Amino acid sequence: MAAPHRAQPRELTEPSPGGLPEAAGADHVGELTAPSGRGPLGRIGSVEILAAVLVLVVVFRAPLSRVLSAPGLQTWTTVFVSVLTQAMPFLVFGVVLSAVIAVFVPASFFAKALPRHPALAVPVASAAGVVLPGCECGSVPIAGALVRRGVTPAAALAFLLASPAINPIVLASTAVAFPGQPRMVIARALASMLTACAMGWLWLRLGKAEWIKLPHRPELAGMRKWPAFWAAARHDVMHAGGYLVVGAMAAATINVLVPQQWMRSLGDNPVLGVITLAVLAVVLSICSEADAFVAASLREFSMTAKLTFLVVGPMIDLKLFAMQTGIFGRRFATRFAPATFVLAILVAVGVGVVLL
Amino acid sequence: MNRQAQAVVLLLVGGAVLRTSLTDMYLRYVKQGLRPFLIAAGLLLVIAAVMTLWYEFRGSAKAAHDHGDHDGHGHGHRGPWVAWLLILPVFALLLVSPPALGSYAASRSGTALQQVSDFPPLPPGDPAKISVLDYASRAVFDEGRSIGDRKVRLTGFVVTGADGRSYLARMILTCCAADARPVKVALAGQVPTGLKSDSWIEVTGRYVPKSIKDEINGERIPYLDVAEYHEVAAPNEQYES
Repeated sequence: MAAPHRAQPRELTEPSPGGLPEAAGADHVGELTAPSGRGPLGRIGSVEILAAVLVLVVVFRAPLSRVLSAPGLQTWTTVFVSVLTQAMPFLVFGVVLSAVIAVFVPASFFAKALPRHPALAVPVASAAGVVLPGCECGSVPIAGALVRRGVTPAAALAFLLASPAINPIVLASTAVAFPGQPRMVIARALASMLTACAMGWLWLRLGKAEWIKLPHRPELAGMRKWPAFWAAARHDVMHAGGYLVVGAMAAATINVLVPQQWMRSLGDNPVLGVITLAVLAVVLSICSEADAFVAASLREFSMTAKLTFLVVGPMIDLKLFAMQTGIFGRRFATRFAPATFVLAILVAVGVGVVLL
Repeated sequence: MNRQAQAVVLLLVGGAVLRTSLTDMYLRYVKQGLRPFLIAAGLLLVIAAVMTLWYEFRGSAKAAHDHGDHDGHGHGHRGPWVAWLLILPVFALLLVSPPALGSYAASRSGTALQQVSDFPPLPPGDPAKISVLDYASRAVFDEGRSIGDRKVRLTGFVVTGADGRSYLARMILTCCAADARPVKVALAGQVPTGLKSDSWIEVTGRYVPKSIKDEINGERIPYLDVAEYHEVAAPNEQYES
């Protein structure tokens, strides 16, 4: 994201030493020093920095391990590594699928597959989420690829929100976690579909295309298929994966810092209970295939509060927010995430009151 | 980060995932069922790294040939700064390799039992070997009826509570360690003494109709009347499900 901006001053500075000698005021210091970086410093590229970091870490491995063996930090590291290990296959699956969409599926396919009217494309796209088994980490790059491929953002976003919540694996694990309560499965599927569609339609009314800033990607159009495929895959792993690390760090921190005790008192109040579990769904960032089991174990809370947990979690949590920032840009994520959060709570409570 | 560095990072991440999943290390973090997918993901990352380097070297050779002032060593497209963070899990996995969650995590969360109503007879054998979760469920939801007077043998790690009581605990895992919840059994009778928290023990004993409240979430923790115990090595798969 910062990369294109950083590349620009470099190009601008090239004529400046010769062309604008008097203009070398205070604010040009940075630009003037940049060309000197082309000398001996210029050869220190990211490969060299990477090598230096690797060497340093290997050298200081023993003190580093000692610091990390304190019980709190050890738990942090375990949770951090676990979130990433769990997400990695889904991330790679999502990235590969989005590279396939970017390279091998012609744009005309989506034009034919989706209804032409955007308002109709939204429910079709969110229902299409059923066919994509997996958790939420994969759906972010896929939605990004759909937008690049010319799918109307409203439909791509509806797909992004729906697919982690309503795919068969997630619904099956919900049924297992809530034995004898099939209404929970129905309520989850219904509330998630409704929220996804509502967000899609909301985007049609209020969303602005310029909020979405897809990261600059090397132009694939002129490339042959396979080089383009690997370039797209590498690009998405770097973006989505980097932000996934941010999300995993946040989730691990919350996991270690938030004591479970103070949740107990909040469960008694129905309104506070719903809000508590909605916030908990965001900060815990649990994979959508596992969240039903965690919800079932929160026995102090009402069924509606648990439903809210199950609807909010797959749509927005810390790691998803981080990944959305990486794939769609910050301006998008800071608007889309709060809207999703509020709407998901409202829909979940509505469905919960009627069905549960 | 230029493309070569990106390729190195991909290679490191893929290599770390492969090393974790080809040994038993992955069991500290995720479920056994994820293994084939982890191996596939690791392989794909490694292939992506190799292909990037391959195109990079062919590309830069060609670029140098075609037009010399093309910006050379693949500096043209720089990845985002967050991509640097991908080295962190590599260090964590390859150099630190944190252990499975143990007594620290278990003592911070309340015991988490799922309501069950179906209790098949205990497995044959004397003592019957059952999981900590199985024992706790039968003791709490079946009031020990399906255990009766049988001797049972449980394996778990020692947690010393804030009150000084000794518990036998196991972490329950659904997906990954982020959703891990403990199941605890309080120990009576021949209570292990002098064992450090996180020591793995095998206890043999009988059901007693006695339980206490977990201070953290107010759920019931059943007791086990221990007849004998001994230390064992930590199992490969430290989580129950």
